[in-house]
Amino acid sequence: MKPMPAKQILMGINGDEAVAYAAKHALVDVCAAYPITPQTIIVEKFAEFVANGEVETEFVRVESEHSALSACLGASAAGARTFTASAANGIELMHEVIFLTSSIRQPVVMAVADRSPSGPINIHGDQTVSLAQRDTGWIMIYCENSQEAYDSTLQAFRIGEHPDVQLPVMTMLDGFVLTHTLENVYLLKDADAHKFVGRRQPMMITIDGKQVPLKLDPKTPITIGPLQLFDYYMESKLQHSEAMEKARPVVTQINNEWAQLTGRKYGDGYLQPFKVTDADAVILTTGSSAGTARFVTRQLRAQGKKVGLLKLRTFRPFPDKKIAKLLADVPVVGIFERTHTTGSLGGPLFNEVRSALYDLDTRPTILGYYGGLGGRDVTPDHFRTIYKELLKIKDTGKSPRNPIKYITVRK
Amino acid sequence: MTQKLPGSKDIPPAGVTWKSATEYKTGDWRSKRPVRDDEKCTRCLICWIFCPDAAISWDGKNIQFDMNYCKGCGICAEECPVKCIDMEDE
Ligand code: SF4
Ligand code: SF4
Repeated sequence: MKPMPAKQILMGINGDEAVAYAAKHALVDVCAAYPITPQTIIVEKFAEFVANGEVETEFVRVESEHSALSACLGASAAGARTFTASAANGIELMHEVIFLTSSIRQPVVMAVADRSPSGPINIHGDQTVSLAQRDTGWIMIYCENSQEAYDSTLQAFRIGEHPDVQLPVMTMLDGFVLTHTLENVYLLKDADAHKFVGRRQPMMITIDGKQVPLKLDPKTPITIGPLQLFDYYMESKLQHSEAMEKARPVVTQINNEWAQLTGRKYGDGYLQPFKVTDADAVILTTGSSAGTARFVTRQLRAQGKKVGLLKLRTFRPFPDKKIAKLLADVPVVGIFERTHTTGSLGGPLFNEVRSALYDLDTRPTILGYYGGLGGRDVTPDHFRTIYKELLKIKDTGKSPRNPIKYITVRK
Repeated sequence: MTQKLPGSKDIPPAGVTWKSATEYKTGDWRSKRPVRDDEKCTRCLICWIFCPDAAISWDGKNIQFDMNYCKGCGICAEECPVKCIDMEDE
């Protein structure tokens, strides 16, 4: 018999508030953050919880994002469960510390309210900034809606703090579309959430045959984050990669545990295929765009068109083998990404998915679409246009010379 | 390389080292060392205040440089009001 999910509370909140509730439910010890649109509501709401005594968190007010993540890193090294949130230029400013946090293996959880970086100046949503963090060694989860933002933030603590993993986790929610839009969100009751998330246990390491916790503790003095030059730097990078590999089954395991508790499941934790199996054309996308694309997919299916959607949820570790398996028999694939890269053949999603499919005996034709940049609305028409193009390629067998396209750009 | 260094499986995660940072000697890349003229020194302790590395000690009578930590920056020599510290090549 399927276990009954826990009783939950339905609330009308936006994505930022959903993340703040998740941080509250995670019994965060330390939160250091600096407000920036469209993340501000997360820290505002969380500060309110702290001020009201609803959660016992040390809230550190800092003067910049670089300091915010630095404070989090220090707190985490002392053994605290640590949370922060930022966006756009804030993430860019903390970029240095983003690398440090993962290389020092501190499972900080950070919500990223995805907004385009300045240049040209803009405060609206796209995924350029978060995707630019792809080499920083964090686990990265993209959320489709506010419910998933709440769910993924709580899962993030369990994934990052898992003894095999010990890596920081970023959870992305699209600026404004999720951060500022009211949605019905199911929240766990405090006791159920606390039970799921537990307390942070420090990683144990062996020193001279003795087990000691990997945390700053005067009783067992250790140095965290020492200089590692040409003699040890590469070995530490290899270790980091191995930790990321060990995170692979953990993402799925926590996703399953969450499903048991709440009744909500996000595929295998990495990918959510929708009508992909027999599809002639598949769109792969991530974040809130997946919701719009699913709506269009359902409509076109009702008209008898064989289209499918593959939503990518976990971008790091990248599920390359799973993608290859799911898309092996699909003739045409379109990758829609809300980021922009110049001087390369397509953006990071396009590149990584295309590379994942390289070893297949017969590869699909793959097109890359840039769209929704700088907060431009991602509408159902985007995906109707893409599907139309993909199906035409399937029917005619003719693929375009340039596989990279822009959706709704004025020439 | 003469000595075989441990691999990724043998080193602690995140490069953690077992010792407290107070046990590391960090003065080995100094190219100049401070040399103080004890006769001229007035014990004003300005150098002791200014040394950014707390490498100067004062026991109530004597001033000493701790060469395990002195980086040879020359701030003490610059600040000494009677110019009794010389920076000499290592
Ligand atoms: S040279 Fe610099 S580090 Fe050395 S004792 Fe003088 S002030 Fe201190
Ligand atoms: S600053 Fe010069 S005079 Fe003063 S204590 Fe130091 S060495 Fe002596």
